[in-house]
Parts: sequence; C-alpha cells; structure tokens
Amino acid sequence: MRRRVAENLAAYGFLSAALICFAVFSWYPIARGAVLGFQQVDFVSDPAWVGWENFERLFADPLFATAWRNTLLFTALALVFGFVVPFLLAVVLNELKHFKAYFRLVVYLPVMLPPVVAALIWKWMYDPGPGLLNSALRGLGLDGAAWLDSADTSMLSLVIVATWANLGTATLIYLAALQGIPGDLYEAAELDGAGVLRRLWHVTVPQTRFVLLVLLLLQIVATMQVFTEPYVMTGGGPEDSTVTVLLLLYRYAFYYNDFGTASALSLLLLLVLGAFTALYLRVTRKADA
Amino acid sequence: MRTLIAPGRRRAGYTATLVVTTIVLTAVFVVPLLWVVVSAMKTAVELARVPPTIVPETWTPGTYAEAWDLMDLGRYFVNTIVVAVGVWAVQLAVDVPAAYALSRLKPVLGKGILGMMLLTLMMPAAVLLVPTYLTIADLGLLNNPVALWLLGAANAFTVFLLKRFFDQLPVEVLEAARIDGAGQLTMLWRIVLPLSRPILAVVSIFAVVAAWKDFIWPLLVFSDPARQTLSVALQRFAPDTPVNLLLAGLVLSSVPMIGLFLVFQRHVLAGLTAGSVKG
Repeated sequence: MRRRVAENLAAYGFLSAALICFAVFSWYPIARGAVLGFQQVDFVSDPAWVGWENFERLFADPLFATAWRNTLLFTALALVFGFVVPFLLAVVLNELKHFKAYFRLVVYLPVMLPPVVAALIWKWMYDPGPGLLNSALRGLGLDGAAWLDSADTSMLSLVIVATWANLGTATLIYLAALQGIPGDLYEAAELDGAGVLRRLWHVTVPQTRFVLLVLLLLQIVATMQVFTEPYVMTGGGPEDSTVTVLLLLYRYAFYYNDFGTASALSLLLLLVLGAFTALYLRVTRKADA
Repeated sequence: MRTLIAPGRRRAGYTATLVVTTIVLTAVFVVPLLWVVVSAMKTAVELARVPPTIVPETWTPGTYAEAWDLMDLGRYFVNTIVVAVGVWAVQLAVDVPAAYALSRLKPVLGKGILGMMLLTLMMPAAVLLVPTYLTIADLGLLNNPVALWLLGAANAFTVFLLKRFFDQLPVEVLEAARIDGAGQLTMLWRIVLPLSRPILAVVSIFAVVAAWKDFIWPLLVFSDPARQTLSVALQRFAPDTPVNLLLAGLVLSSVPMIGLFLVFQRHVLAGLTAGSVKG
C-alpha cells in the first residue's frame, strides 16, 4: 500500500512537466479553438460572442470555395503521384539486389531538406526561361511549360514539389512492409499460374493492405493542410489558383487579424479531417487488438 | 528471399530494370541537388543565360562566403541551432520521465492521461494554429525560442514511442535495482536510460530534424527578423537576393541535415519504420 502511494507520488512528479506542456500547448488550445470560432477576436478589443457570424463571413468570401477546390485538387493530385508512385517504386526496389544502400539514400535525401529550401530550389528550376526544367524539355525537343506562372499548371507544379520532397518516406515504409511478405505466397500463386500483375494485385497489395491504408489516410490529412509550398512559391497566385484552405486561414489570422474567422475555418477543416482521422483510428485500433 | 519475381527468371529484364532505376532515381533526386550546388558557383550573369551552361564558365566558389556574409547566415544558423537543440533537450527532459512514469509506475489515471495525450495526435496541426498562437502570445513568448521548445515538448508521438520501448524492458533488471534500494530517479537515470539508447537515438534525431525543417511555427513566433530561423529568413530574403547568392544560402542551410542523415542514416531509417506504422 505504502509502495503504491510512493509510486504514485513519484509518477506524478515525473509527469508534472509533461502535463503542464500538454495542458498549455495542446489541451487548452483545443478547447479554446472551439470557442474562438464563435467570437470576434482581434488584439484591439476584448473577445465578443458573435454566434455564427464568422461562418457567415466565410461563406460570403468568394475565396472560400476557391480555397477548398484548390485544396481538394492538391490532395487528389498528391494521391495520384504520392500514393501510387512510391508503392510501385518500392515494389521495383524490392526486386533489385544491387545498389540497395544507394537507392535508399537517394530517395530519402530530399526528405532531409527543409521544405522552404526544397520550395525555393524548385521555384528557381521552374523558371520558364533559364530554369532547369524547361531547359531539359527544350533539350529533348519539347515545348516548356509556364509552371508556376500559369493558373492551369500552378497547382500541379506544387504537387510535384511536395511529392519529390516526401516520396522517400512512403517508399521506405512500403519497402519494409514488402520485405515482410512470406515468399511462399508468391510461389504458390505462381504454381497456380498467376502472372506478375496478378501476383502483384492478389498477393502484394493484400499483404500490404494495412500499411497502404494507414499511409493513405495520413497522406490525405497531411495534404489537406498544405501551406509551405503555396506560401513560399506562389503566395496563392496566379489568379488565386493556389490559395489553399490553410493559406486562407493564415491570411484571415495574420493579414486581417481576424482570429475568430480564422478559427471558424479551422473548425470546418477539423470537421472534414475528423472523418479521415476517425477512420485512421478505427483501422489502427483494429490492428492493435 | 523470394519476392514478386522468381529468382531464376530474373536475369533477362533484371539488368535493364537496374540500369533504368539507377538513372531515373539519380536524375530525379540527385541531379537537381548537384545542379543547385554547382549553379551557385556561376556568376549572376551566367545564371540568367538561356540555355544554361552545364559546367560554369567562370567558377566563383567565393559565392558561398559572399552569401554567408551578405545574408548574415551565421546569425540564422545560431538561431536555428538554439531552436533545434532546445527542442531536443526539453523534449527529452520532459517526455522521458513522463513515458517512464506511464510505463513503469502506472499511476492512477495513467491510462486516461496517455489517452488524452494520444488524442492530440488526432488533432490536425493546422486546426490548433490560431489558438496555440494566441496562447503563446498571452504567455509573452512571441519572439522567444522557449515557445518552440515547450511546443515541441508536448509531443505525444515521442511519449508513445518511449513508453512502448520502456514497456518491453525486462522486469527482472528493474526489480533487482529496486530491491537494491534504488530510488525512481536513480532507476531511470542508471538503469533505464542506458538500456534505451536505440530509442533515444531515434527520438533525438526526429526532434532535431523536425525542428530544423519546421517552417510555420518559427514563421508565426519570430516576427522579429533578428531572431528568425534559417527557413524563415531565407524565404524572406528570396525575392531580393541575387540568385547565385540565394542558391548558396539554400545549400549552406541544408548541409547540417544532409550531414546528419549521412552519419546517422541507420537510425533515421530505423526510426521511420519503427515509428508510425507497424508492418
């Protein structure tokens, strides 16, 4: 009994710093965020309760729909590139018995770059004139593209940067998962007459289903919050084609000092992402049990 | 080990696949980085040329020194190191004891506390931007690296990783130490920490890399230019800095992370798979 009391005292002593940090920087902001969405908050006057006014202001803002459309486009394109490509790349790398260390090193190198550095490097390479991309394309006899300078290609350009910078993580996680697939499954499938594609679809994919699903959900949640690339590379332009939800949120909070409306937008984002997060929770819980 | 393609059948397409993969991955991931390193050594005039020169006509490696002086990079390096080292130290000092308590001392409400911590992982970071910023402002911590240190300490993922590792430590060793009369602090410091080197390495690297890469929080916290981190300063300089100098600055500010990766590659990649996802 005395030992339990002593252990509890020690435990709460050890926990105290963490409890304070979490309380101040996580739990309190979560609660505060819910309230802020319904308040008028600037640094000038005391916060005042305004009900749904912040949400109404958002819905009236033409950029609101634009921002969601752009963000969904970013997420969709990022899935096409950032989800399919790393998986296929991992499948190929898993077959190769040479240069393993080199491949791992190379795909992960961009992950180590600060995102601002990656964004600024690509912004320079996208330059339609002397930029590396168009120069390489012209070298191959193709026309260059306007990349960041045109509303048609700006979002795609951002997706390429984000994918380039983050692809290594997913690739290496898939690679680890692929190495856990028992070899006899492939052998059995082959004996049954399954070709490469059917083995890929009926053995590889089901065997890595859990990892695929988890990374899919994590990626959706991450890409819906895209900020650094549009902030650094385009500032939302051209013609608002790269204004994302988070960029709009940032503008409300830090250009207009309208923290209430920014929080209202946060709550809407939470509503959307909450669905994916709940799904993620269910998936991982099931695997734990 | 047997993979998708049977070992015997491999030979025909194997070499071709190997060559293509090597070329494509090198072209996509290595060439742009080398291109930046080399281009920084061209003159500003040469950089504007269409089509670009592949090898600089006039090598000006002095650009790197010039960029360092012009952008006062030394100051921003120090600022970034203060943030990264502080995040690392505070995160370990706060989260290691917490994880140990949750794992080994199993206090009343311990499960609830862990649950509340993990709940924060489910909150998209962007959603907490405004309320956390206002809280930092209320505490008077704007333009103060302490804000980022404390923010970094509230890291449920670190607590979770550490706790899971402590859970697997052999009970006998801890029991033996306890019978020898070791207090909890001694146990943690003398027994648990030396046994936990692998996970401490993973968590440390995560913390430093995340702090060095972070952009949005330093952007919000450091409105005072003199206190900004490299990422924030570089994007501020970008519009009106000559391209060769900017490129040199980008390279210089990435060197520590690339170096860290080359040295601790094994730990970085181990952490990647040990971390978020189980196979």
